[in-house]
Amino acid sequence: MLTTPLVNHTTTTTPRAYDGHTSVYLPTVATIVDVKDETALEKTYTIRLPGGQNLGHVPGQFVMVSVPGVGEVPISITSSPSRTGETFRLTIRRAGDVTGVIHTLQVGDEIGIRGPFGRGFPIETFRGRDMLIAPGGLGLAPARSLIDQIIDCRNDFGRLIILYGARTPSEILYMDVIREWQTRGDIELLMTVDRPDSLWNGHVGVITTLFEEIEINPYNTIAVTIGPPIMYRFVTIELLGKGLSPDQIWMSFERRMKCGIGKCGHCQVNHRYSCQEGPSWTYAEALAFEEAL
Amino acid sequence: MSLYILPKEKLGIFVEALKANFRVVGPTQTETGYAFEDIDHVEQLQLDYNTTILPPKKFFLPQREVLFEFHSDTHHDGRRKIDVRPVYQDVEPTVIFGVHTCDMNGIMLYDKVFAEGFRDEHYVARREQIYVIGVECLHPCDEASFCKDMGTLTAPPIYDLHMTDVGPHYMVDTGTPKGERLLLDHIDVAMARKEDIQELGRVLSAKWPQFKLRLKISKDQTPSLLALGYNARIWNELGERCLACGSCTNVCPTCFCFDVHDESNINMQDGERVRLWDSCQLAEFALVAGGHNFRQTKASRVRHRIMRKGKYIKQVHNLLGCTGCGRCERACLVNITIPGTLNALHEEMQLESGI
Repeated sequence: MLTTPLVNHTTTTTPRAYDGHTSVYLPTVATIVDVKDETALEKTYTIRLPGGQNLGHVPGQFVMVSVPGVGEVPISITSSPSRTGETFRLTIRRAGDVTGVIHTLQVGDEIGIRGPFGRGFPIETFRGRDMLIAPGGLGLAPARSLIDQIIDCRNDFGRLIILYGARTPSEILYMDVIREWQTRGDIELLMTVDRPDSLWNGHVGVITTLFEEIEINPYNTIAVTIGPPIMYRFVTIELLGKGLSPDQIWMSFERRMKCGIGKCGHCQVNHRYSCQEGPSWTYAEALAFEEAL
Repeated sequence: MSLYILPKEKLGIFVEALKANFRVVGPTQTETGYAFEDIDHVEQLQLDYNTTILPPKKFFLPQREVLFEFHSDTHHDGRRKIDVRPVYQDVEPTVIFGVHTCDMNGIMLYDKVFAEGFRDEHYVARREQIYVIGVECLHPCDEASFCKDMGTLTAPPIYDLHMTDVGPHYMVDTGTPKGERLLLDHIDVAMARKEDIQELGRVLSAKWPQFKLRLKISKDQTPSLLALGYNARIWNELGERCLACGSCTNVCPTCFCFDVHDESNINMQDGERVRLWDSCQLAEFALVAGGHNFRQTKASRVRHRIMRKGKYIKQVHNLLGCTGCGRCERACLVNITIPGTLNALHEEMQLESGI
């Protein structure tokens, strides 16, 4: 298999220039080139920056998405760097005013983009390791960036284990893609739902129940878990119980970023600005600040 | 840099000369207290004021500031198009008279936060046009101030000019070359002589005994005290008292957090994205999509504010986040004070450790 080079780890974004001025708050006007319905609440948008400029992100980073007149929200990047050429993808849940309006937008409509922001996952340091990726719910959207990146450099990594939990079968994201992952033969994928419907014949229970089904080499595994705050408390117990050390466990601490550049204060976790120093932190790092978990 | 003598009767001439080229603001008497306002006549300028309700923060970080204008509309092909254009608000040559040393420490922090790291061009454009003229504090403002504890009773090196009242005249120190030009271009002043400088030394050394210490610990101990006291009982007690009104953060010279939101015109096509002063004391501050609030309780929000002042800002910017100005204490409706909190926390930690 061809090994594609991994992108450099960046933590910054470039201020936008306009009429000789620059402003870090000024979004780049981008165009929606595709919209895909995922579930009743989520859609995936394919977005093109002017001139097809590459977003230049790493898995785990986010962008600020603007609808002028409504506002700006932080959204995790769904596409992997390996699959980001002239466009990138964002899976967006309808959860408030801004995302509500985004859900009415169509192909050809323009939106504002700033970023990428934050510290993503240091995927270079994961090379050669077994990867255990445990997203819960919408956490699969940012996790997919990492998963696709690993798939595209599959020989650079050991096992790829995905443990995915959703609340109900109808909330499962990327079902078509998950089926592909299941049939590849080089991904160990387990799924569970909290509340099954009449058609579901898979695993039932919260995501932690999947951990009983797998054995991992604790010396050589990196775990990445992305989901709601409550999930981290229980998933970390499972991972520590399998012998992983806190610095083998990566998580994403998403907050309500308003500026993305470590100034506005909204995303602070104790003294840390998760928009800049996060959102990706190891459990070992997170243990050092009380507000993280 | 250099010390000059400005006779008090020449202050009016200096202010008038500045007004030809600058917006001139300074402490003035208002119905509710002193406030930094535009100076139309030199009589309005009250350089011997005790404290202002708001710090001069509003000239550096306007309460409401436009970041950019936008236009969005639907083209004939049905597609939504948008256009954005940055706005640089309140950028005009401005001289701020009479800044106390506590507030200069606040300005030093804004410079670190907004001009370093990701440069905030909106701030920098405005900042470059501002001249800070400090005034030496010779008496405590009132019982609420604790600048001596916080080490902010000495002017930090951010002033362009700094004035000390030495009786018949002001001693003026030029802190920057642009400050020196500002002085020499607008008024004819003499260099200080040896005896003037000796008199300045006497005035400065006489001021220190007038300022009382209020903290039972030194300012250098506050980060470690707060680290130890993260789970102290006092936060719950303060949380029960706090009204979550946000007055403390409004009047604070080192509170710079902001909210960002869009304001549309009635045509729903044109509008502005603005930033507004925000407060971590308000319930919605740490609320995320989906309804989870990372600081649900008032106790956690009061703690966050005090932690920022005494620990977090120091960790990020290597400056304490409290200048000891006392404004939050004067503004608080339920008498929550920073010295009171730190002293009580110190006592609680001593009891806990059995010292």
